[in-house]
Amino acid sequence: MSLRARAAQLGKPRKATYGVLTVFVLGSLFPFYWSFLVASRDNGMLTERIPPLLPGGNFFANAARVFDTVPFWRALGNSIIVSGTVTLTTVLFSSLAGFAFAKLRFRGRNGLFVFIVVTLAVPTQLGIIPLFIAMSKLGWAGGLQSVIVPNLVTAFGVFWMRQYTVDALPYELIEAARMDGCSMIRIFWNVCLPAVRPAAAILAMFTFMTSWNDFLWPLVVLDAGNPTVQVALEKLQSGYYVDYSLVLAGTTLATIPILIVFLLLGRQIVAGIMQGAVKG
Amino acid sequence: MTVTDKTAPESRAMTRPHAATRPGLRDRLARWDVKVSPYLYVAPFFIVFAIVGMFPLLYTAYVSLFSWKAGDDNPDFIGLDNFKELFADTQFWHALENTVSIFLLSSVPQLIIAVLLAAVLTLRLRGATSWRVGILLPYAASLVALGIIFANLFGPRYGLVNGVLQTLGLSPVDWQANRFASHIAIAIMVNWRWTGYNALIVLAAMQAIPKELHEAALIDGAGTVRRFTHVTLPLLKPTLIFVTITSTIGGLQIFTEPKLFDAMPGSNNGGSTHQFQTVTLYLYQTAFENFNLGYASAIAWVLFLIIVVIALINYFVTGRLAGRRR
Repeated sequence: MSLRARAAQLGKPRKATYGVLTVFVLGSLFPFYWSFLVASRDNGMLTERIPPLLPGGNFFANAARVFDTVPFWRALGNSIIVSGTVTLTTVLFSSLAGFAFAKLRFRGRNGLFVFIVVTLAVPTQLGIIPLFIAMSKLGWAGGLQSVIVPNLVTAFGVFWMRQYTVDALPYELIEAARMDGCSMIRIFWNVCLPAVRPAAAILAMFTFMTSWNDFLWPLVVLDAGNPTVQVALEKLQSGYYVDYSLVLAGTTLATIPILIVFLLLGRQIVAGIMQGAVKG
Repeated sequence: MTVTDKTAPESRAMTRPHAATRPGLRDRLARWDVKVSPYLYVAPFFIVFAIVGMFPLLYTAYVSLFSWKAGDDNPDFIGLDNFKELFADTQFWHALENTVSIFLLSSVPQLIIAVLLAAVLTLRLRGATSWRVGILLPYAASLVALGIIFANLFGPRYGLVNGVLQTLGLSPVDWQANRFASHIAIAIMVNWRWTGYNALIVLAAMQAIPKELHEAALIDGAGTVRRFTHVTLPLLKPTLIFVTITSTIGGLQIFTEPKLFDAMPGSNNGGSTHQFQTVTLYLYQTAFENFNLGYASAIAWVLFLIIVVIALINYFVTGRLAGRRR
């Protein structure tokens, strides 16, 4: 093959490539499918050497038992409240800080920003003991605020919004708004936020997913009577005998909402990752 | 990751060209607004970080110097005794071995597969976005749900994995009782969730590499493998370092997977002989099952230092490996 022909071939996939990818995606899907499979049958299927590969008809009966065993409605409500609040405040505070770091001048700006980037490396999970002591002293342990407050804003969020705001918001726009006599907060609200909306949307999706799936801290600080979905799932499994149809009906119920969100917004999430990582 | 910094035109945004001539109340308010607002806007992060990042780290160090039981109002100051005890604690070292073993079994294959997968995804695929979404799917799953599902799949008696092994004529593996096998099962769980995510991050960086570089290498006679090792990899260095460091921090704190993998649900033992108890699981058990907060704080600090050291080692090793050519 001539060089020019080979250059034209650069980046063209072979048929086998699609095969490899298909296997990979099927592998990604399989555990979800397996969980639904067990949830839609009864525990008898698990004793068979070669289990049936099509769902049975017991899913709703098993799902109903989930609601009888743990306060699942309450858990769903709690998760929505926690993830919703955390998402709103994280996006708001991160955008505000991102705006300040990207476009406003103030003493110590660079130093403070470098500090934020460094804190990305501090594993906050290791602070659970003092945080637990503090929450107990405040009387917050067991309450949803104990899960919400530590996650009001993240270093990742601030970093992400700043990187985007630098390019997305021209100084001319800010200047024009100031000539019209806008206050800073109005400039943020009416000029900055609309300009950075795509990045804010991506941050919102990430924050919601992370918060929805958070486990260690809610497990430490919440009670069994007032859980989030993840804590409720764990409680579903605790016992001397594991009823897998019940437990996997629970995991299916907990996974369906986030899976739907993901399938609807997946394109944007992927686009967001691609955009975020390029700025190396 | 570099911090892009554009400083030139910002002063324009900060001064009101027509304001200087008539100083009134309105004007002073506006100037005050310009001066104070930035601090107000960045304050939420620093307040939250002070409460949930800085304070815990320092307070953990403080608590670790006491024999501090939960609910204890007057704990005894014992200096470094918790640390002395910890260094002689075989269960801690055992847990650390488990953690490192699971971390290596997960992050090494995960990153290799992620880079190869990213290389496949850079090709001009039909339906490129759909493939990417499919690869990222596991990332959306809840860890708890996953832990439960995988514990079921790897179940020693009725698990699907053993069923398949037996159908193929192989002997079943006791994925929970056997130490090394349990590490492999947990690592598979971790890899299942994170490989696609890392592949996308690497892919994003790969797409930023100018096409001309590949064409030039091709004209110089470099084959696919050579182009990959001599063009792609060196340019991926910052991203590879980023991905390695984040998986180090996450991998060494692994908790949910081993907790849910236990045959005795709700247990924090990490198996009957602690065969897959990780350091964070041991920390959780010490603090919230045995209520020994002082000792658990010592574990937390030692783990924090270990994470820092391993992350630094990774930083240099990754830099070396990816940067051979420079």
